[in-house]
Amino acid sequence: MAKRVTAETLSRRQREISVSEFFAKNRHLLGFDSLRKALLTTVKEAVDNSLDACEEAGILPEIRVELEAAEGNNRYVVRVTDNGPGIVETQAPRIFGQLLYGSKFHSLKQSRGQQGIGISAAAMYGQLTTGKPVSIVSRTGPRSPAYAMQVVIDTNTNKPKAVGKKKLADWDLDHGTRVELELEAQYLKGRQSVEEFLHQVAVANPHATLHYRDPHGAETDYVRGVQSNPEPPSEIKPHPHGVELGVLMKMLQSTKHATISQCLSRDFSRVSPQMAVGLAKRAGIDPKARPNTVVRKAADQLYQALNDSATRIRPPSTDCLSPIGVQELLAGLTRGIRAEFYGVETRRPAVYRGNPFQVEVGLAWGGDLPADDLAKVLRFANRVPLQYLAGSCCITKAVMDVSWRNYGLTQSRGALPSGPLIVLVHLASVWVPFSSESKVAVADYDEIRKEIKLAVQTCGRRLGQYVKRKARARSEARRREVFNLYIEEVVNSVEAITGKDQKLFRDRLLAISRKKTELAGMLEEQDASADELEACENVLVVDPDAEPEPEPAAEPAMAPLPAEAERLRSSQLELV
Amino acid sequence: MTPVDEERLRIPAKLDARAKIEHLAKKTIAMARREVDPYVDIPSRTLSNVTFSRRKKIIEMGDATQRRSLFNLNQARKYMQTLLVARGCTQLLDEQKTTSIRDLYYMSKHTLADGKENTFEGQEESDPIIEDLEVTLGALREELHLFAAKRGSVVGPLTLVDAGDVIDLSRMGSGGWSVPGIVEPETIRFVGHGAKFILLVEKEAVWARLNEDKFWKRHNCILVTGQGQPPRGVRRLLYRMVHELNLPLYVFVDNDPWGYYIHSVVKQGSIGLAFESKRMAVPKARFIGLSSFDPAAYDLSEDVSIRLNDQDRARAREIMNYEWFRAKAWQKEIKNMLGAGVKWELEALSSKGLSFVTEEFLPKKIADRDWI
Repeated sequence: MAKRVTAETLSRRQREISVSEFFAKNRHLLGFDSLRKALLTTVKEAVDNSLDACEEAGILPEIRVELEAAEGNNRYVVRVTDNGPGIVETQAPRIFGQLLYGSKFHSLKQSRGQQGIGISAAAMYGQLTTGKPVSIVSRTGPRSPAYAMQVVIDTNTNKPKAVGKKKLADWDLDHGTRVELELEAQYLKGRQSVEEFLHQVAVANPHATLHYRDPHGAETDYVRGVQSNPEPPSEIKPHPHGVELGVLMKMLQSTKHATISQCLSRDFSRVSPQMAVGLAKRAGIDPKARPNTVVRKAADQLYQALNDSATRIRPPSTDCLSPIGVQELLAGLTRGIRAEFYGVETRRPAVYRGNPFQVEVGLAWGGDLPADDLAKVLRFANRVPLQYLAGSCCITKAVMDVSWRNYGLTQSRGALPSGPLIVLVHLASVWVPFSSESKVAVADYDEIRKEIKLAVQTCGRRLGQYVKRKARARSEARRREVFNLYIEEVVNSVEAITGKDQKLFRDRLLAISRKKTELAGMLEEQDASADELEACENVLVVDPDAEPEPEPAAEPAMAPLPAEAERLRSSQLELV
Repeated sequence: MTPVDEERLRIPAKLDARAKIEHLAKKTIAMARREVDPYVDIPSRTLSNVTFSRRKKIIEMGDATQRRSLFNLNQARKYMQTLLVARGCTQLLDEQKTTSIRDLYYMSKHTLADGKENTFEGQEESDPIIEDLEVTLGALREELHLFAAKRGSVVGPLTLVDAGDVIDLSRMGSGGWSVPGIVEPETIRFVGHGAKFILLVEKEAVWARLNEDKFWKRHNCILVTGQGQPPRGVRRLLYRMVHELNLPLYVFVDNDPWGYYIHSVVKQGSIGLAFESKRMAVPKARFIGLSSFDPAAYDLSEDVSIRLNDQDRARAREIMNYEWFRAKAWQKEIKNMLGAGVKWELEALSSKGLSFVTEEFLPKKIADRDWI
């Protein structure tokens, strides 16, 4: 019989479980389960942080992403520089070197990151795979010098350590942060690539200027299309319908309020003091009881009472959301996608399980988009592109639910429509219901699916009108073309037969031709919806044959040299 | 908009071809002036617009017309082509030239201003337009100075003048005299003959056989072939010979629906060219063979028959329903062929010996008055 293992032995072993082991076991949750995904996740976390930081500080974001092949197989350097507010020197090690450290975890507010795992996980991944720590350069303002440091993570203790700290005499930014880390990764273009991610970020964040250099040195620039940051979202307290039992118990334990009724009315939204007393009573709890004395069973009863349909709690306020906005979304679509028709719809906010959310949809149709492929769906949650698990995502399902044939497109049963179409769906929420920890797909809530479907249908109807009108106009133009072509032959023949110039005859025939083809044009004008479409601010139509307007020059801060910029503009990324 | 032109586009019959075309052009200009979509009304050249005259025993064209408008997307191209052909004919008439319908196609063909489309994509597009113009104007092809590619040969005891040259058709060697596209009296005049009848042979090979055997010399006949369905020149020549020389005409064709129809066109006229029947059809023409009863009567071997195919059977049933095939003899003839399920080519007669046709078959058929 084997020797019995004592608890002491076990506990020694337990201490030996290092952060690196934890990481290796959970890398799929954190987005590092393949070499290719590791590169994307690293860029994504850094860019998300930069955008959030800029917006919180009220700075128009300008972000530069650089990838470089490093020495050795599958080694890359990721360098992300932003013009954000910078990071206070003492905070830097914890931000970049400690898992689960951040400002976002405790608030209920629409933001890109939610868990505070992101960038520190990337730093740890880099250190584990290459042995090299993350490097940071940051500056908080023109009057303070920039500093540089490397943050080494002690994998045994999950404690960060700053090394090689130094002040920089000069840095090219007045304020901002540069993160640089080397990691084991694989660089591939195409679907789910860094390029695709940045392209989609550009579409959903028209206020951000992005510069990108790939490992081969090719540069891409997205110059901002709108000149103001989105309205900053406000924090709200949790709505009773949105909390789960565990969260409720945690809130009861950690509340700073003295009684259960105070806790309910002040820590939650939409619960009046009067209602709080009623709720406590219904759960069999003394309203004046101290919250941290409530036992699990009583908490369960309270949870039941909160979710009882007899308890009428008003839906949460929805002014905490920050949608991209109609004009902004149009600007984002036009700077990233060369199409002919753009349509955008922003729904009014709605609520799922006590969480406010808002759906926005953008369609791009025609132009340079491939005509024979299935439509492409661009999914966003709080402006962050979702690039994995499209099939199981509520957004994809909602887009498939729509009968696209009504709008003049072809669609096989249970599939996406086919045609030169991109469907963009943005879900903004204080708490996006992801279907898994890796935050790549939205869980299927009826309320959300319905809102997406309604928004897509509104856009689709406008697209349908446009497509049909265009087809009609095209056939009219073709008819007139044919008539006029033949009129020329008829007039020439009549001139040869009569031996006289027949200019008047020609003019009369051309007049009849115009009239004949205008008749259909008049029918068209009676179609009031056409004018409506033209006037609708949710729609933008671009002449497909027109040359693209020259983009405004990039701001000087991080812009490449003018000559280079010119060269790069021509290599604008194609949507993959 | 003014009401539709009620008087219709009617071309006065008394005008010559040139004046008729000019009339058409001026009407077109007038329509545009009155904001009427320009059109031409073209007499329909379809089965539904022909009638069989029991009295004259020819197929005649009815009054139905089809309107062809410029401002109708399905008709615009053909409308344009109609005027292009009219223009081409004007040019021929003005220059006093005559040319082939193939030449006219090339005269009228060019690429349109869009650089993609041609006025005519092939001669098969221009030929029907010419026929449309003929019926619309009431002017024949030769009046428009056009002729089809010439086809057909004649040999026999006949002397004629062709474009000023005196030609003795009994001295034409093995090839015979080629029938021109236009055989009007201005070009062709008969001088004298020693014939008792005319024999039209469908197949050129059989015609050559008969010529080699000097069948025409021995039996005093004018031997004609149209190389299949005879072209208009041959049909017009037959008509003139029958009427001016007062000779009977025998038609000698394959025993199949297509052979029957060749005889029918010579005898009564065709559906497509019904307007020409009165100057081409020879109601007295006689079908001398091959009859579906001949193989049995002349003991032809089944080996040289050919099985009827679906197309043959369908065509046979179709012509049986034509009014001019209603005669009992014809119904019996066709039913007998369908019943036997086989067809016979003229060459099948050669199985009885090379000169069977000339020595036995035709002399006996004529002597027995064995024809329809």
